[in-house]
Amino acid sequence: MSVLVLGIGNLLLSDEGAGVKAVEELQNRYDCSDAVEIVDGGTSGSELLSYFDDRSHILIIDAVKTGNQPGTIVRVDDPPAFFQKKMSPHQIGLADVLGLAAITDNLPRNITLFGIEPKELSTGLNLSTEVARNLSRLVDMVVAELKSIGIKVQAKNR
Amino acid sequence: MEVPLNAQYIRNIITGAQGVQDHIVHFYQLSALDWVDIVSALKADVKATASLASKLSSWPDNGFNELKATQERLKTFVGSGQLGVFSSGYWGHPAMKLPPEVNLLAAHHFLQALEYQRNINKVVAILGSKTPHIQNLAVGGVANPINPDSQSTLTVERLYYIKTLIDQVGDFIHNVHMVDVAAVGALYADWTTYGKGVTNYLSVPTMPLDPAGTKFALPGGYIPGDISKFKPITSFNDEYFKNNVKESIKHSWYKGDWDRHPYEEETVPDYSKYDEKGKYSWVKSPTFEGEHAQVGPLANVLCMYASGHKATQKYTKIMLDTANSVLSLVGSKARVNINSLHSTIGRIAARAVRTAVLHDELVNQWQLLVDNIGKGDTTTFNPPVFPKGEQRGYGFHEAPRGVLSHWVVIQDGKIKNYQCVVPSTWNAGPRDGKDALGPYEASLVGNPIADPDKPLEVLRTVHSFDPCLACAIHMVDTNNKEIVKVRAF
Repeated sequence: MSVLVLGIGNLLLSDEGAGVKAVEELQNRYDCSDAVEIVDGGTSGSELLSYFDDRSHILIIDAVKTGNQPGTIVRVDDPPAFFQKKMSPHQIGLADVLGLAAITDNLPRNITLFGIEPKELSTGLNLSTEVARNLSRLVDMVVAELKSIGIKVQAKNR
Repeated sequence: MEVPLNAQYIRNIITGAQGVQDHIVHFYQLSALDWVDIVSALKADVKATASLASKLSSWPDNGFNELKATQERLKTFVGSGQLGVFSSGYWGHPAMKLPPEVNLLAAHHFLQALEYQRNINKVVAILGSKTPHIQNLAVGGVANPINPDSQSTLTVERLYYIKTLIDQVGDFIHNVHMVDVAAVGALYADWTTYGKGVTNYLSVPTMPLDPAGTKFALPGGYIPGDISKFKPITSFNDEYFKNNVKESIKHSWYKGDWDRHPYEEETVPDYSKYDEKGKYSWVKSPTFEGEHAQVGPLANVLCMYASGHKATQKYTKIMLDTANSVLSLVGSKARVNINSLHSTIGRIAARAVRTAVLHDELVNQWQLLVDNIGKGDTTTFNPPVFPKGEQRGYGFHEAPRGVLSHWVVIQDGKIKNYQCVVPSTWNAGPRDGKDALGPYEASLVGNPIADPDKPLEVLRTVHSFDPCLACAIHMVDTNNKEIVKVRAF
């Protein structure tokens, strides 16, 4: 088994960086077995393709706009079907990366997206109160997911 | 201050690998589908495609079986209604002119390009720790310790792995990428007459070869409209470059109306309504010697060509010769020459030429690094000293999209002013202080449009610049999708 936990986002735009902040917190609070690779995907696009190789599971953490209250956590179990949008003018977004992985037969069956509803997207290094408050819960959900697929995860002594 | 040789070479290898990756992705994944009709590829005669491919190149992966597999894969995608990455294309558009066989060949290479771009990107990841936001750069050098006896540093083993990755992508560039661009360019030869725009070209030298940054592997300079009037830019302290960059905000949503040197600029957003005669853009309008300049691979290739750079002249000739042989193969009387590069398709062709030039230089820089380490030099960092008082400094770089410059004023160790004049600002800038059109604007004048509801031709020209406008937001929006269940907690 080989699991990828991928946090996506732009740290310079407040809640846009929630996915990256979440993987940082995951790494700070937990020790995961070697079967897991935790990646800060930042604003990468096609560069992420090589991380998809030979995975049994991919867990993606990102800011997700659903129209719910800021801080609301969502779970999407079939993100590839979910993404059907255009190529951006130059940057290849997550949707495109999943699409490219699909057409090259490089997409594992189990992909789950964990998202959090953003509030603030202006320039800034900090999360909004609403998102910051729920970030730990988001990380806990990812940990629970890892455990449910048989990964050893241990809280660090702090 | 000076930067150790090893650090220069490591930075240069990252620069080269990043450029190669970026250019391959730009052609195949980000612009080819403006010219290549994926749906038409389904109708291609595979045997005829394989035969055409063998006339164009000796690439071994263009055989009947490989092409058949690609066509089957496309059929599965299109047949299932799940177009995925191909969902936004203008398939069947009247401006799509390639025969089905060429479309199939290009689609085949679209898939192969994904492999090659990610392999060369590993070079960036190995040296930079992370990509695209590399972590190894430091003022004064790089944070890559070199110690032949330690496994945790840049070892000989890793250096040879990098060499393997560089060599692999070279075959793809020469036998596939250059050939595909030449063929697509030849079959759309009418596009050498559209999209010229601003023909002042600015490019800066890149890949320094000495600690002080006074000698460069790849030259740069300025072409004021006429290639014979090329003026070189020769060092990181070049006065000609330093004194001639300005930005205007007459037509941009910032407070005031001025043309200023970056050291004297400010950036105070001041949004008002969209007014074509007044302010209508968030982008400032940079000028060089008081005029708009186009930047990017075309500017870079033309400047290197004008300065007599051998590899650039060689690959430009190969590109034009290949395009002309495709034209004669299909019975066309049209021919292309160096002047054809001032165009939409020329920007794409120049990008492929630059990819080949960068690749040659990657091989060279790798050798320089290995030879220098072989002499016993393992230094990668000189600690910087920050002087007191007001300090001004600037740095430039020939990035994949063109000239990038950063300008900083430091007062007693604190940043007082910091301005970035970036490639897409040069190209996408609105009218300047004298109301002259910016490169994007000027390049769209005279573009044909077959169907105003599907302005594919506009995309062709704008994409040919490789615009950098969508870097900021990487968020998932569920509003345009209803078939997936979203569970809220």
